Amino acid sequence: MKISEICSLIDGVVVIGDSRLDDEVEYAFASDLMSDVLTVKIQNFILLTGLCNIQSVRTAEMSDVPYMIVCRNKQVTPDMLEIAEESNIVIICTQYSLFRCAGVLYTNGLKPVY
Amino acid sequence: MHLEFKVEGGDFSNAGSASSQIKRVLKQLNIDPSVIKRVVVALYEAEVNIVAHAYRGRIDAYISSSGIVLKLEDEGPGIPDVGKAMTKGFSTASKEVREMGFGAGMGLPNISDNSDVFTIDTIVGKGTSLNIEIKFR
Repeated sequence: MKISEICSLIDGVVVIGDSRLDDEVEYAFASDLMSDVLTVKIQNFILLTGLCNIQSVRTAEMSDVPYMIVCRNKQVTPDMLEIAEESNIVIICTQYSLFRCAGVLYTNGLKPVY
Repeated sequence: MHLEFKVEGGDFSNAGSASSQIKRVLKQLNIDPSVIKRVVVALYEAEVNIVAHAYRGRIDAYISSSGIVLKLEDEGPGIPDVGKAMTKGFSTASKEVREMGFGAGMGLPNISDNSDVFTIDTIVGKGTSLNIEIKFR
């Protein structure tokens, strides 16, 4: 699924990485527990999270996660943007809840990691 | 190659910066990405543990052509029951640490899962030392 399609489905706004709307992603993982994210062995998945702080982006960096969705209209901070830019991570913000995002994206064909 | 970093307890804004720098060095050395991921996941969990639980600590990374050895030493409360701490889901993390997305009780098991060699030496009331070794296959 293209990043642009994901944005349309969840009414999302790309806050960094808008040159990569045509990138494709096949798998998704949703969690607010960063240690759980760090257990995912595959790369190139999209992370859905309600955790909006520097450690959620750091975790994406460490896990080689190229895309993340921050749910519930949370404000991405400048230090998060800095790490995202350095690590080439696309961040999408949406007002949808984590549950709703996961439901919509799963229904439309994004695959679960587990 | 030897790299060293200081880590301050409670400093969540910088937690992960040592792991990030080591990741960059390993990329420059053209190490296999799947091996880099194992190294940085293990190291990041260990670095966050120092920030979350200790007063201060240091990380020494020794990189050779065959692999990486990471030594993390902290001054802190130590681990009273290492067996329990290694159990998935067990955590003594504070509310602040949980708010940062950690404290799920997966840290030490994650380190162990990603390491070829992993040892813990701890003295209650003094601190904890971790030895993590990962081969570049």
